[in-house]
Amino acid sequence: MHIEQSVEQRVEQIKEDLALFDNDLEKYEYIIDLGKQLDALESCHEKEENLVQGCTSKVWLVCEIKEGKLIFKANSNAMIVKGLVYILIYLFSDLTPKEILSTDLNILKQLNLIEIITPNRQSGVTGMLKRIKEYAYAFDKKQ
Amino acid sequence: MYKEFFDYFQNNKNVYLDNAATTQKPKEVLQIMQDYYTKFCANTHRSNYSSANKATQLYEESREYLQKFINAKSAHEIVFTKGVTESINFIASSFVANKFATVIISTLEHHSNIVPWHMLGKSLNHGLAVVNCDENLNFDMKHFESLLKQHPKSFISLAHISNAFGKILPIKDITALAHKYDSVVMIDGAQALAHIPVDVQDLDIDFYAVSSHKSFGPTGTGAVYIKDIHLKDVKPYQTGGATIDKVTFEKSTLLDSPYKFEAGTQNIAGVLGFYAALKFINSIGYKEIHDKEMDLYLYLKKELSNIEGCEFYNDTAYSIGSLSFNIKGLNDEDIGILLDKQNVQVRCGHHCAQPAMQYLGIEGTIRASIAFYNDKYDINKFIIALNKAIDILRD
Repeated sequence: MHIEQSVEQRVEQIKEDLALFDNDLEKYEYIIDLGKQLDALESCHEKEENLVQGCTSKVWLVCEIKEGKLIFKANSNAMIVKGLVYILIYLFSDLTPKEILSTDLNILKQLNLIEIITPNRQSGVTGMLKRIKEYAYAFDKKQ
Repeated sequence: MYKEFFDYFQNNKNVYLDNAATTQKPKEVLQIMQDYYTKFCANTHRSNYSSANKATQLYEESREYLQKFINAKSAHEIVFTKGVTESINFIASSFVANKFATVIISTLEHHSNIVPWHMLGKSLNHGLAVVNCDENLNFDMKHFESLLKQHPKSFISLAHISNAFGKILPIKDITALAHKYDSVVMIDGAQALAHIPVDVQDLDIDFYAVSSHKSFGPTGTGAVYIKDIHLKDVKPYQTGGATIDKVTFEKSTLLDSPYKFEAGTQNIAGVLGFYAALKFINSIGYKEIHDKEMDLYLYLKKELSNIEGCEFYNDTAYSIGSLSFNIKGLNDEDIGILLDKQNVQVRCGHHCAQPAMQYLGIEGTIRASIAFYNDKYDINKFIIALNKAIDILRD
């Protein structure tokens, strides 16, 4: 996934896409379809240390840096979570660590995901965001 | 037809198949709680004016009704609690601690019948023994007897009906065998009262925990039956108002059971609601409840069996209420969410029985749990929604 847009533009894009659907079931179908498009994660990365805390389903998240920008890859054993992971990777990949660290994570509220995801999965999304910030912090320190 | 007794079904068009988590409440239950709070709200066992007397009288009537409902010998064997979890914790700390070297449980237990034993410092093979089950999740009596031979004079704590899989344990045979080895038996009856009659004398149980909210009553209320021969050995769990006979700065003298076990102001509205729920069950009758549920349970199993990739973990023999399954290759939580978005409510996950899931090598299941007020319309709508969820999730 290579994206040139700013985080704000990416959020707006997802928001517009979600607004196309009349009901929650259709939104979920869309999110599941996004999950099906998620780039494969090599099975060697599906290990304990890459598991994201707080998710009811398993989510493995890894990160590498290319030309100063962070590239995230992830997988989950649940399709809906895979779709949510796709959205988060879409929002935060291809940004510098500093860009991620300076992003107000409340920006996600604009997506109204809270309306459609269960409280358990909300803590999973929070866990994924925390892990993304941790990666950004670690790579920023290295630079 | 029974849905008309429940305001919930007048206000919702949901297909409610999560009865093992909690049942809906009939109008009578809501009415008596409303009456208590609006017509005779007063504390029990303290004041002597008319509404206080009425509240106390109804509270004690509730105790006597529950006593007869489960055929306990005496009302003083019935102690009201917050529910089964509190009942098990109460007996664990007030009776089992420092008295029994070994506690024996089964593979299918709810966390509420596992964690209290860990809190007592017991763990697998170190004061905690676990009875196996067979390929249909039936309780393994031979293994149970071998554990009793190794650990006579144990405390046995078992669910009457598995919350995750609906398996009914052969309690009468279990207590007979346990008593042969000088052991004491507590039964977690959380899932029982909504489905089957309980006779604590016939089953010869020492302790029996019941839940109000899983038996059409309000949340936050339950009770534990304590066989009278054990009452003198059960220490008060908490102390305070209404538990004492006399207090000086030198010492306190406690009342007899059940009052010494019910410290502080009790959940009076909850107990009265539970009373109304028990009367409601009696007005329907267990035969009708059982016939209706078994018809639905078998229909549900048959309809699910027609779905490609549907995997079950037990047969329907000695089972009631809960039916757990998975769809091969799909995640149970994904299915649960897509069912919810089609107004079908089931529970997905480990059902607070993680060790049982580990035993089966799975993360969780989809659990449809029925009550007598469900009908074939509910099952049909559930199956349609399930098929749609599967279509969405499969490529």
